[in-house]
Amino acid sequence: MTKQKMFLRMITASLVRRRSRMLVALLAIAVGATILSGLVTIYYDVPRQMGAEFRNYGANMILVPSGNDAAFNMDAVEETLGYIKPDQLVGVAPYRYETVRIHEQPIVAAGTDMEGAKATSPYWHINGAWPDAAGDILLGQKVADQLGLKPGDTLTVSYAAEEAEPAAEPKTDAQAGETNRLDAASQAEGQEESGADEAQTTGEDYVPDASLDMMVTGILETGGSEEEYVYLSMEDLNGLTGGSDKLDVVELSVSADQSELKQYGSDIENNVDDVTPRLVKRVTESESTVLTKLQALVFLVTAVVLVLTMICVATTMTAAVTERRKEIGLRKALGASNRSIIGEFMGEGLLLGGVGGLIGAGLGFAFAQAVSMKVFNSSITFQPLLLPVTIVVSVLVAGCACLLPVKSATEVDPAVVLKGE
Amino acid sequence: MSLLELKSISKIYGDLHALDNVSLKVEKGEWVAIMGPSGSGKSTMMNIIGCMDKPTSGQVLLDGVDISKESDRNLTAIRRDKIGLIFQQFHLVNYLTALENVMVAQYYHSVPDEAEAMEALRRVGLADRAKHLPSQLSGGEQQRVCIARALINYPELILADEPTGNLDEANENIVLEIFRQLHAEGTTLVVVTHDPEVGEVAQRTVVLEYGKITREIHNESFEAKTAPALAEARN
Ligand SMILES: Nc1ncnc2c1ncn2[C@@H]1O[C@H](COP(=O)(O)OP(=O)(O)OP(=O)(O)O)[C@@H](O)[C@H]1O
Ligand SMILES: [Mg+2]
Repeated sequence: MTKQKMFLRMITASLVRRRSRMLVALLAIAVGATILSGLVTIYYDVPRQMGAEFRNYGANMILVPSGNDAAFNMDAVEETLGYIKPDQLVGVAPYRYETVRIHEQPIVAAGTDMEGAKATSPYWHINGAWPDAAGDILLGQKVADQLGLKPGDTLTVSYAAEEAEPAAEPKTDAQAGETNRLDAASQAEGQEESGADEAQTTGEDYVPDASLDMMVTGILETGGSEEEYVYLSMEDLNGLTGGSDKLDVVELSVSADQSELKQYGSDIENNVDDVTPRLVKRVTESESTVLTKLQALVFLVTAVVLVLTMICVATTMTAAVTERRKEIGLRKALGASNRSIIGEFMGEGLLLGGVGGLIGAGLGFAFAQAVSMKVFNSSITFQPLLLPVTIVVSVLVAGCACLLPVKSATEVDPAVVLKGE
Repeated sequence: MSLLELKSISKIYGDLHALDNVSLKVEKGEWVAIMGPSGSGKSTMMNIIGCMDKPTSGQVLLDGVDISKESDRNLTAIRRDKIGLIFQQFHLVNYLTALENVMVAQYYHSVPDEAEAMEALRRVGLADRAKHLPSQLSGGEQQRVCIARALINYPELILADEPTGNLDEANENIVLEIFRQLHAEGTTLVVVTHDPEVGEVAQRTVVLEYGKITREIHNESFEAKTAPALAEARN
């Protein structure tokens, strides 16, 4: 048997056969390592998670027409997208609002691209299914309640150009510092409703220019004003209203930080004539402050926990050295140099650190996963690098904790401890 | 040249002379018992010979080297290479098996060798207890493990401080029988004891009183006693 093997055999025997004594230290290290790996996992995953989470609050950039008389269509949108890195673009949802009638009721219909809406409004909760074919329609919860419709029902959407006319050019305040799609929508709605009221007050002489039979695929639940609209594909709406392909507002969800987003904004402002970009400030700014604070907190908590771990391990090791003074004296009497004594106690400490670190790395990932599932409702990616890092940090913490106890071990005098009872 | 020579050593604690101007020679292969009342300085002398303590004055020559002047570090090395220690309280590592306890001595001395450690246990009649922890062994068995550990590195000198102090008569006889064998093989033994029976079986008995050697008794019948034991050991 080699010396190294015997060394391992001795330190593992000490840990395994004296496990009840070492359990506290192991537990301390495992808990420390769990917090470390858990928090660091969250720390690294949070920007991603938070990014996605903030994206959940909707788009962070809105495109509106430049000036009151301007209109823009998908060509201008394509031009705009040229200024944004494709891999940062989470989703693009164009919206066109028109007042239509369903069951004789004036209702604002939004034509959009369903895939884009899914990406920019991930918080939308659909009872039923998203529309995915021509003739499919999604009803806001309030509309569905008002009309008594449920998924699977069919309805007829009718449109009169005359009625919608006043809303053809929705006014947007070009000076507004912030805006979002719903502002634009409610402007459109407000104007269109006045038209609708007019139509209603003018009595029964409503004559639709076009109508379309559609099937309800789902009911949209958001808790917000989105529930007051119906959603259909852009093609269906354009078909119904005949010809025009103008857009009222386009929502963009861009995975970029605050400064990049600002840069995109000014690029688009300066280069694309028909379109004015607006940043949804509230979301993007809170995003970075929350992240900074959260990361500082993670650092602080991890550091405190590691210090506590170190104190606990140091206490346990000091007790172990005191308890094992006879054994240390005996080893010295058998010819152990101070170096071997240091090596053996350090070996035990480091092994403890390694095992605790390994356990902690696993538990930490589970912990981070649980937190992520609870808080962000999404699973976390395992950072392979974190396993060695957690183990190395645990070993270092255990090693530092052992320094003083091990030093006192070398001071044991065999002649003194071995005599008498 | 004697294996061990104490040249007028004293060990003084405050104004207590635990050892007072003691001189003693032990030849290679000799079996010496050290006897004396409690507090007479026996353990103090053993610690000095065993390189665990230094005399206040005087010289200790072990194999020609003056160990009274060596650094702690060198003393550790000398102890490891030349001396096998046996204690009254056995002092086994409680989380290691009998076999592993023997291997610890090999580990610090040179390289652990499981087969050789096993052989040493067989020699003290504990082959079937090799995998037991000290807590699973009787006192006599623990002391035999301790002896196996002391002799595993073929030390030139075995120092035993009250090796039978915690044993009953049957176990005492087993231990003495092992000592006889070791002596027959040429190992030098220095045994501290209270027990006249243990003192009698040695070649020479040195009596310490108040830190001084007051008497030396040569055991005339020693050779005669050893012969049958040796014959027995070889059977
Ligand atoms: N470290 C010490 N400090 C002070 N006095 C000591 C120390 N070690 C031993 N003594 C004293 O030295 C004297 C000799 O002690 P020693 O242990 O050698 O006796 P002993 O002959 O082995 O006795 P016993 O048979 O009881 O084991 C005693 O009076 C003891 O009190
Ligand atoms: Mg004594």
